[in-house]
Amino acid sequence: MNNHEALMPLVAEIVDIRVDTPDVKTFTVLTPDGKKPFDHMPGQCAMVSAPGVGEAMFSITSSPTDTEKMEFSIKRCGGFTEYLHGVDVGQQITVRGPYGRPFPVDTEFKGKNLLFIAGGIGLAPLRSVINYCRDKKDDYGKIDIVYGSRSKDDLVDYAEILNEWCSDKNVNVHLTIDREQEGWDGHVGFVPNYVSELGFDTNRIGIICGPPIMIKFTLGNLTKLGFEKTQIYTTMELRMKCGIGKCGRCNIGSKYVCKDGPVFRFDELDELPDEY
Amino acid sequence: MQKISRFDIINRLKDLLADGNVDRVLGWKKGEFRYDVTPHVFTSAQELEADFVWGDFCGANFSKYLIKETAKSDKKVAVLLKPCDTYSFNQLLTEHRFDREKVYAVGVACDGMADIFKIKKITGDGISDIKENGEDLDVYTIYDEKPVKIKKTDVLSERCLSCKSKKHAAYDELLGGDGDVLDSNRFDEVAKIEAMTEEERYAFWQGELSRCIRCNACRDVCPACTCEKCVFDNPNSGMENKSPANEFEEKLFHIIRAFHVAGRCTDCGECSRVCPQRIPLHLLNRKFIKDINAFYGEYQAGEVVGSRAPLVDFDKEDVEPKNAVGKEDK
Amino acid sequence: MYKIKISDLPALFDKLSEKYDVFLPVDFDNGAKYKKYEKGDVLSEKLNTVKSPKDFFFPQTEDMMRFKTEGKKIDVIDIREPKDDFIVFGVTECDVKSFEVLDNVFLSEPADTYYAEKRAHGVLISRACSKPSETCFCKTYGIDPSEPSGDISTWKADGTLYLRPNTDKGEAVISVISGILTEADDDEVNKEKEKINKILDRLPLKNLTTEGFGAGKTAELFDRPEWAGLSQSCLGCGTCTFVCPTCQCYDIRDFKTNDGVIRYRCWDSCMYSEFTKMSAGQPRLTQKERFRQRFMHKLVYYPENNGGLYSCVGCGRCLQSCPISMNIVKVMKALGGKNE
Repeated sequence: MNNHEALMPLVAEIVDIRVDTPDVKTFTVLTPDGKKPFDHMPGQCAMVSAPGVGEAMFSITSSPTDTEKMEFSIKRCGGFTEYLHGVDVGQQITVRGPYGRPFPVDTEFKGKNLLFIAGGIGLAPLRSVINYCRDKKDDYGKIDIVYGSRSKDDLVDYAEILNEWCSDKNVNVHLTIDREQEGWDGHVGFVPNYVSELGFDTNRIGIICGPPIMIKFTLGNLTKLGFEKTQIYTTMELRMKCGIGKCGRCNIGSKYVCKDGPVFRFDELDELPDEY
Repeated sequence: MQKISRFDIINRLKDLLADGNVDRVLGWKKGEFRYDVTPHVFTSAQELEADFVWGDFCGANFSKYLIKETAKSDKKVAVLLKPCDTYSFNQLLTEHRFDREKVYAVGVACDGMADIFKIKKITGDGISDIKENGEDLDVYTIYDEKPVKIKKTDVLSERCLSCKSKKHAAYDELLGGDGDVLDSNRFDEVAKIEAMTEEERYAFWQGELSRCIRCNACRDVCPACTCEKCVFDNPNSGMENKSPANEFEEKLFHIIRAFHVAGRCTDCGECSRVCPQRIPLHLLNRKFIKDINAFYGEYQAGEVVGSRAPLVDFDKEDVEPKNAVGKEDK
Repeated sequence: MYKIKISDLPALFDKLSEKYDVFLPVDFDNGAKYKKYEKGDVLSEKLNTVKSPKDFFFPQTEDMMRFKTEGKKIDVIDIREPKDDFIVFGVTECDVKSFEVLDNVFLSEPADTYYAEKRAHGVLISRACSKPSETCFCKTYGIDPSEPSGDISTWKADGTLYLRPNTDKGEAVISVISGILTEADDDEVNKEKEKINKILDRLPLKNLTTEGFGAGKTAELFDRPEWAGLSQSCLGCGTCTFVCPTCQCYDIRDFKTNDGVIRYRCWDSCMYSEFTKMSAGQPRLTQKERFRQRFMHKLVYYPENNGGLYSCVGCGRCLQSCPISMNIVKVMKALGGKNE
């Protein structure tokens, strides 16, 4: 995308809508002439908008290795997301981006074992980096994915997890749901506890995304397992308007989440005032 | 010169704190210069001695702060109220916006407040000090050793020039005695605007409101604007805006606000006092007051706690709107 | 250096306005505001306009683009018109320096093209402050109001206006009016500078320092108990942010018209309760946090990102406009070092 017109969006068309859970849908978008709107790196975001309805920042959930299309998994939580959940295939929207600092997939992550930990819709921002690392599996060590949700029906990307991730040789998927449920014979319990039970060694990088409370307890449990804050990453969400570090919304301390984040290492977050 | 001295007020407030009647005082705190006084909650005698100020620049009306302040603690808070402030105080009580039991109202006699903008119009910028000297203000600037002598009556705030009452409408005790309800000339300015042609009137308000920067100071200071969620801040209202999308919207904000406080506005004048662009916003509200008086008989919001404002009270004798505005049915 | 008699200024403005849109401060009731020059307008003697000249480059409301929608289709229409050169006359040095603060934000990559284009076409003609106000504290930030910068600097002395072009843009403007200017030496201007510097020594805020603020002070300042008292009476209005020449937060909003949707941006304020509110939560719950954000940003966060430059120029507008007379000077005195 032309950086000189950072606030001017591109028109994109929703070409596919996948219902993931009762309140999460994944939208596939292309430009009107059938191309991927722009390239990005895992963890980066885009401003998605329907003129007259709203504009908001979403992580791009498809992997950069998918050169055909761009995907966004979006949870219905009022306002603009309500609108998106009501549209049909063929609806045009606008997108601009990519914005933000991606996961350091080509530097710090390279050659390392990776432990992804996600709760609920928190898997969406991680899907891009998980699939990127799966597609370039020679560049990384073992991949573990701990993913939990309220119920089986609330697991995002469930089909993809079962059909693709679980069949990868170097990938271990550990699923859990909060409460017992008929037809579920997997693990039951909260994600932070499950992480402790699984008892990972520290020879890996942790990447956490989910509700604030889940992040807090998971971070605590990883620390108990001996992890340093310098080997754990997360990705943040704050209200944003411009996406390029100018409008001031997502300013915490001297950082702008849209530009300096959304990916942060936990020791970097410690430097920031507690306002997120 | 104010009738009651800072010294006398502080002594009484110290007693109130010492007796344990109240544990804090809502009063005026001195600033960098004589005129930049800040509303402040004082909690000790030492703090009062050091920072409390009373004089010709204590314009701030504390009534609205009582909503927040009384919600903080079960202890009583003492509040200083000038006569005009007491009308807002009563109006808020009428609207059940704070608990009267948690407030100790100290009425202070007021001799009118000075307007720093009017002073600067005479002296220019660079004011280093302002001393009250009988009926005069001695204004010192960094440009002259000698002060500029100004008659206080020449620099009285607009709202004080048409003061409606030196009588407190509410108090637990009075400092400096009470005055009378005044035969105010406050509708003269409204009459002037009424006398304009429609085009002139439009041009007048267009000129004034075009300066509005939509900072919301008028709304946020207004004792009648106590909605927990203003429609202009509410994304679900469909009219949330921080800034006008066009010229029409700017007028919309002020006109809607005037309608919303009609019948409840006590004419305290805080809106115009705080407007950074010096827009005479109080004239919009005053026009409503004048019309309500004409249509339904004299009514002063905040004069009596619990009074029913004409706009929320039906009477079979009420004037028909079309007769009220003197226009035939179309 | 050039000069022209003050009494001949109307001729100068007339001449300039033949080629440029010229904006200058004019008086209204009790204040001054920038106005597009029309014959008969008189340059205000007042130091500060209520609204700063940032409005010319970062307007309070600015249409960005239009969307046409038809069925499921969307058209994005760039509605910007090519901008002509324009002149902002009479900018005090604090306001000139405010553009350095804004440039660091808007022109850093990726540049804000809306702002950049206006900066490219705007000519700043500054003026020395012959009569600073008690609310002035530009010296605190090392700004010299006797030596104004901008594209052309001007000084008033003894019924004469002295002009010195500083940039190519400034030279171009001078060439338009060279017929009515005469060449001058620096003597009168130097005398005027001396005079101004003597006045600066008498300003009540002359000793205000930035000690205790700047990069790396977050941990020291963030949890100070003084914030509660300083912010306790804050109304949460946006006056300070809107009159401030360096505040640059904005909102982007859509406005539905009969002819599609207009996307515009408008000034926003970190003092507003809605500023950071999300469906997921609110990181700054009370006015104390919002109040703290504004001053921490100006005095710590911004310097941290911009080589120590503060996001305040000491113009004093917030001192003059705050409904409760709370302002950055009081904050600095309460929290900073050696400001007793």
